[in-house]
Amino acid sequence: MENFSKYKEERTVTYKPTGTGKLYTDPDAEKAREYFRDKKPRKMVEKASTVEKVVKEMIHDGDYIGIGGFGANRTPVSVLHEMLRQGKKNLGLAGHTATHDFQILVAGNCINRCDSAYIVGLEARGLSKIARKAVESGAVELCEHTNASLTWRYKAAAMGLSFMPVRCMLGTDTEKHSNAVEMECPFTGAKYLAVPALYPDVGIIHVHRADVYGNCQIDGIMIADQDLARAAKRLIITTERFVPNEYIRRDPSKTVIPYYLVDAVIEVPFGGYPGNMAYEYFSDEEHLKAWLKAEKDPDEFKEFLQRHIYGVKNFNEYLDTIGGMSRLQELRIQENLIEK
Amino acid sequence: MEYNDMELMICLASRYLEDNSIVVVGTGAPCAAAMLAQKMNSPRLMIMFEAGGIGPMLPSMPISVGDSRTFYRGLAASSMPEVMETCQRGLVDYTFLGGAQIDQYGNINSTMIGDDHEKPKVRFPGSGGANDLASLCWKTMMITPQDPQRFTEKIDFITSPGYLTGPGAREKAGLPKDSGPYKVITNLCVIGFDEETKRMKVESTHPGIEKQKIIDNTGFELLWADDLTISEPPSPEELKCLREEVDPYKYIIGRA
Repeated sequence: MENFSKYKEERTVTYKPTGTGKLYTDPDAEKAREYFRDKKPRKMVEKASTVEKVVKEMIHDGDYIGIGGFGANRTPVSVLHEMLRQGKKNLGLAGHTATHDFQILVAGNCINRCDSAYIVGLEARGLSKIARKAVESGAVELCEHTNASLTWRYKAAAMGLSFMPVRCMLGTDTEKHSNAVEMECPFTGAKYLAVPALYPDVGIIHVHRADVYGNCQIDGIMIADQDLARAAKRLIITTERFVPNEYIRRDPSKTVIPYYLVDAVIEVPFGGYPGNMAYEYFSDEEHLKAWLKAEKDPDEFKEFLQRHIYGVKNFNEYLDTIGGMSRLQELRIQENLIEK
Repeated sequence: MEYNDMELMICLASRYLEDNSIVVVGTGAPCAAAMLAQKMNSPRLMIMFEAGGIGPMLPSMPISVGDSRTFYRGLAASSMPEVMETCQRGLVDYTFLGGAQIDQYGNINSTMIGDDHEKPKVRFPGSGGANDLASLCWKTMMITPQDPQRFTEKIDFITSPGYLTGPGAREKAGLPKDSGPYKVITNLCVIGFDEETKRMKVESTHPGIEKQKIIDNTGFELLWADDLTISEPPSPEELKCLREEVDPYKYIIGRA
């Protein structure tokens, strides 16, 4: 048998804070444990709420938020719109492939700091003018990260730890402008990058189905939501539809977010619009294009936001402004006849 | 057969993707190259997307690396940590990156232009998963137009690591050993990396492209392979497959 005792020699391990970026959240695992002990619901009680109420009561100016999904895929858009209507300010954001979500929050001047992995663009659709301006002017302060490093920061928090050693970002300017610390593996001496656990004040996730207690099921890719759900201090769920608890119990292997992680759950049909919701509806590329186009002229954009966000009472009214059920049905057909 | 630059780059890139290997791709030309490879010579090439899609039977080009096409009739609809950790464990052979600037060591900038991070002249999306893939996959490739602004001596921001400052620098930084840039496929030539110096070395020039044109379109000194060849142009079969099956709506190949 090979002898691995060499890994147990006493050694001095060094830590070098190479990243100049700020920590926007507290990575302390003890504090997180206390919070979860005192504030998370153990009792399985009804948590059905409304978007207006949760945004008012659970999202405070200055909070740091993590948004589920992936930019314009399974994004909790109804909550973001309501944040604009209620004028939320000075929020921090985990910019983990933040595309349309970043664009919405910038449009409402809601955020002033961001751990940025991917921002200001909408992938193949192009760049957002207002989002670029917000960053180029310094209105939104950035701490650089990558999709994997943010995912693993959530994972560290989900594990109840204060950091995670990773092998990305090393040697680059991304590392220099992050909040990471270079370290050595206590066993092998290998150089790793320690990234701080990320416990957002609020996590917001859109799912396919949930019961009123907050037991949630997601179809298709999970992205990082299994970890975001566990890392977040307060967790808001929007769901395409409510299902009875017995439906959840029929296939518990599908339950990725159990009730004890969840603080509020709201039924929002088509709640991921104008993004893609797997097996439900495809993204509305025309509407996303209209956003990007409207941004180019300040007056037109003001009018655009008035029409779709500020001038409507809620998400259902927003859906009316984009063509209502007729348009949504087209997107449903597009998603389910995906060969076209 | 006539072909445009984009078609040429996609065909050349696709030939490097061996059968029974794993590639993580984004949207656009890399995805087209992987789809073409699957349909031509590498039917068992495993395609992954960073948001969690694994082994889809891609019905068409995804518009996002997280949209439902990325796991359409797939083998698994997993998660971002699943894909990134598979890269970190050393199971992913190839990846493709893009960027605004690239230097002679294959370091890539997709973050910003300017010298002040707090007030950049131009801000781009940033790393996304690019830094992770460049750090953790075995071989990194690029499909990119070549001009002196893009191929530059000093890039404004190293978003994703190439060979950093040269031989041994990746390992010294803590990046996994034996990983790094592999090929850069441009509209003018195919570039590899010199074993000794880790600098860009032109391996083949595209049909009809003079050496001087490549020099004029590069902001640093290139090395040249002793056995410099002419790139093998797309075959009629490759072009037919690319145009009719991979990208029938010309989303990608229409950009050239």
